[in-house]
Amino acid sequence: MQPEISQPRKRLLRVKLNGRWREDAVAENQLLSDYLREIARLTGVKIGCDGGECGACTVLIDGAALPSCITLAVRCEGRSVETIEGLASQGRPTRLQRAFHEKLGTQCGFCTPGMIMAAEALLRRNAEPSDAEIRTALSGNLCRCTGYVKIIESVKAAADIAS
Amino acid sequence: MTTDRNNNARRRGLPLIDGIEKVTGRAHYTADLEHADALVGRIFRSPVSHGEILCLDVSKARALDGVIAVVTGADCPHTYGVLPVAMNEHPLARERVRYRGEPVAAVAATDDAIASRALDLIEFEVRELPAYYTSAAARSPDAVLLHANKPGNIEREVHHEFGDVPAGFAAADLVREETISCAELNHAQIEPHACLVDYDPVSGRLTAQSVSQVGYYLHLMLARCLEMDPSRIRVIKPFIGGGFGARVEVLNFEIITALLARAAAGKVLMRLTREENFLTHRARPQTDIRLKLGMRRDGRLTACECEVVQRGGAYAGYGIVTILYAGALLQGIYDIPAIKYDGYRVYANLPPCGAMRGHGSVDSRHAFECLLDRMARELRLDPFTVRRANLLRAPTRTLNDLMVNSCGLEECLDRVEHASRWRERIDRLPSGKGLGMACSHYVSGAAKPIHWTGEPHAVVNLKLDFDGGVTALTGAADIGQGSSTMIAIVVAETLGVSLDRVRVVAGDSAVTPKDNGAYSSRITFMVGNAAIDATRKLKSMLAEAAARKLDARPEDIECAGETFRVESAGQSTLPFIEVVKAALADRGPITVPGSFTCPPEAQGGKHRGGAVGSTMGFSYAAQVVEVSVDEATGSVTVDKAWTALDCGHAINPLAVQGQIEGSVLMGMGQALSEETSYVNGLPMHASLLEYRVPTIAESPPIEVAIVESHDPYGPFGAKEASEGALASFPPALVNAVANAIGIDLRELPATPDRVMEALVERRRELQRAAARRAS
Repeated sequence: MQPEISQPRKRLLRVKLNGRWREDAVAENQLLSDYLREIARLTGVKIGCDGGECGACTVLIDGAALPSCITLAVRCEGRSVETIEGLASQGRPTRLQRAFHEKLGTQCGFCTPGMIMAAEALLRRNAEPSDAEIRTALSGNLCRCTGYVKIIESVKAAADIAS
Repeated sequence: MTTDRNNNARRRGLPLIDGIEKVTGRAHYTADLEHADALVGRIFRSPVSHGEILCLDVSKARALDGVIAVVTGADCPHTYGVLPVAMNEHPLARERVRYRGEPVAAVAATDDAIASRALDLIEFEVRELPAYYTSAAARSPDAVLLHANKPGNIEREVHHEFGDVPAGFAAADLVREETISCAELNHAQIEPHACLVDYDPVSGRLTAQSVSQVGYYLHLMLARCLEMDPSRIRVIKPFIGGGFGARVEVLNFEIITALLARAAAGKVLMRLTREENFLTHRARPQTDIRLKLGMRRDGRLTACECEVVQRGGAYAGYGIVTILYAGALLQGIYDIPAIKYDGYRVYANLPPCGAMRGHGSVDSRHAFECLLDRMARELRLDPFTVRRANLLRAPTRTLNDLMVNSCGLEECLDRVEHASRWRERIDRLPSGKGLGMACSHYVSGAAKPIHWTGEPHAVVNLKLDFDGGVTALTGAADIGQGSSTMIAIVVAETLGVSLDRVRVVAGDSAVTPKDNGAYSSRITFMVGNAAIDATRKLKSMLAEAAARKLDARPEDIECAGETFRVESAGQSTLPFIEVVKAALADRGPITVPGSFTCPPEAQGGKHRGGAVGSTMGFSYAAQVVEVSVDEATGSVTVDKAWTALDCGHAINPLAVQGQIEGSVLMGMGQALSEETSYVNGLPMHASLLEYRVPTIAESPPIEVAIVESHDPYGPFGAKEASEGALASFPPALVNAVANAIGIDLRELPATPDRVMEALVERRRELQRAAARRAS
């Protein structure tokens, strides 16, 4: 006799993903991070921990930076979700992405997509953040490589160019 | 013009050649690789710390619909390990389990839910044995042995004595002894472990893509454990999300995934949880240090005696090397006439420790720099004065026969003393604030490879084809430190072409030459030198072709800014691509190897274990840390750090700065908050919330000074830059706390509870003293 493995119910999810509406059948208990990585194949969304600890999976939901690994996909019904893949337009990185590249705000790069999305949310609401505001906005995103110095420099460089 | 632009950019440093992929999300790490057709691998782990396996029944798991393969210790009779002399670990336990979380069985299933269900169906029975969670308990005379051939549960004892130690202490004006302990740490690289292994039953070939820092070791261990011809194995390195030593050793899950892939005759993706990363471990061991130093009134050291006990965990891993490093790297930084070292690497029923940034050297350096400061204070000497009084003068050989070819420590001291305005500010800061300093060093690559094959220590192949592109083929693993960028810069500069012309292909055993990998900060020194060697050979081939076309002698040909010209005859020039065509017309597409080998005299002393610590070039660091201590809560805040590192020559100053800043912050984590702990073998810290890596919120400004001592053997004079600065942070912090509140901490990390305990103890001490005076 095979033990039963109950299948979670699925629902149709309509979401504006990186600017385009799409519909997918997703399980009600599917995490947004799994939906983005496995169904939408947006692997820029990284998983670095067992839930809400590291910030590598940070995406923008209606413009707010949130960890997608502790968000249910179905909670995003009718909302806008942006990932790192949605930032560059026609292959051209944004100022923020270029700043992370040029100032070495990225080393191994694993925390980088989440870090950039958190910084993107900050810069959209505050074009000229102070060091303290940058630290607060990115405090949920762990980086083990950079010592954060060049991450702060990157965000400031992007803000300088923008202002 | 191109050259000027390149030169200007070079002085500032260059972004990583793979940086755009990282900032756009296009970089594919192991878990991102296409795996729609892959099975899900999961590991069943021991629920007990120590026990004899009585029964392991996987039949129900195997029968579950959707389970394609189950493997156990019966599927792999071979041991594995990083050191050929100490492979005492099975990828899946056989007969005995020795720590809670040790892999016992594994399943490959069509999805994660089925794999989890299958793990629940595994029946596992053990007869529990006594388990030991501290070095002292494991070393007690009646303790059950974890490994029958290791009496006293000692993996390795080291007893080294150089110079006349009793005479040294007799000559001292002050002799002091200190006992210091440092907590066990974890690398906590942000990318969790993962690997994707594909086995083709028809061709009998296996392809492993993994997070390894040393693909070559993985290749060797897969061949050994799966009894496969190595030529049927291909190891590929995807993007890697950090390492810090976690991934130097082959890890059990990598072999397990390969066993599953072969059993399933297909592709298996294994992704470990963060909790499993902590169980896989291989990081810095809990360490107890007893240190005695002799000092003259002028600060000159006369003798050093050090005992180190490392709690190594359940298996050998890198342990022998770690315990040797802890003693060997007492040397190579100061001129000390006599040194005695006793090291004990102890087995305990905990996840195995291994190499972590600053391998073996960090905790002994911490104790040393703390005691040095305390003795300086007693002799009313400035901490900088004491370090300056004991500087090594390069070139020299240490007592334990390590080569020191360049040393910029003095300049490092000058730079941080000046930058921090030490002289104006020391002892003049407001109450609760303090300054502390310390020094450290690290090897630029272990001079003796672990696997003695007689081959060169590094090989880079350069390929030049009809398209005019120069491709550097290397096995060196870029794990985020920027080694591929370093290779590209070295090739472009040596050849005289633009950086864009150079492409680096790294870490694919089917294409790139074998490399000993990313460990002991070896890549810049060894692979950089090999890249220069290959480029010079390529350049001379091109010079010959150019000479023929320009009707000149090859030795008179120069190439700069992608243009070949005859020296001292500026008028006749040839563009790079024309010369390439001429060279290829003669010989077709060119592939030229370059190599580097550390000469025997660099490979350490003849005494047992003498190879560990040997290197062609030591990096040196000096560091000042400013802290604020809240006496009401015991909380220590780092206000600023000033760090100077002698990396010989900064091939890429931007990357060097990034490495220094990163190692400083990792040092801060060790100093303030990072610590693993276990209750009956169960980790209490196995998440990134409980294991406290510093966040951006508490990260201090770090002022970096790059010191260039121009090593005579380094590529362009370069040495390592990734590890040397770490070890001076914890002692600089502890010394700063002493400066701030007059308390000498004896344990790391300096968490609020430890600081409070020390404050309370001092208060009691003062009360007792007052009571004595009153009576």
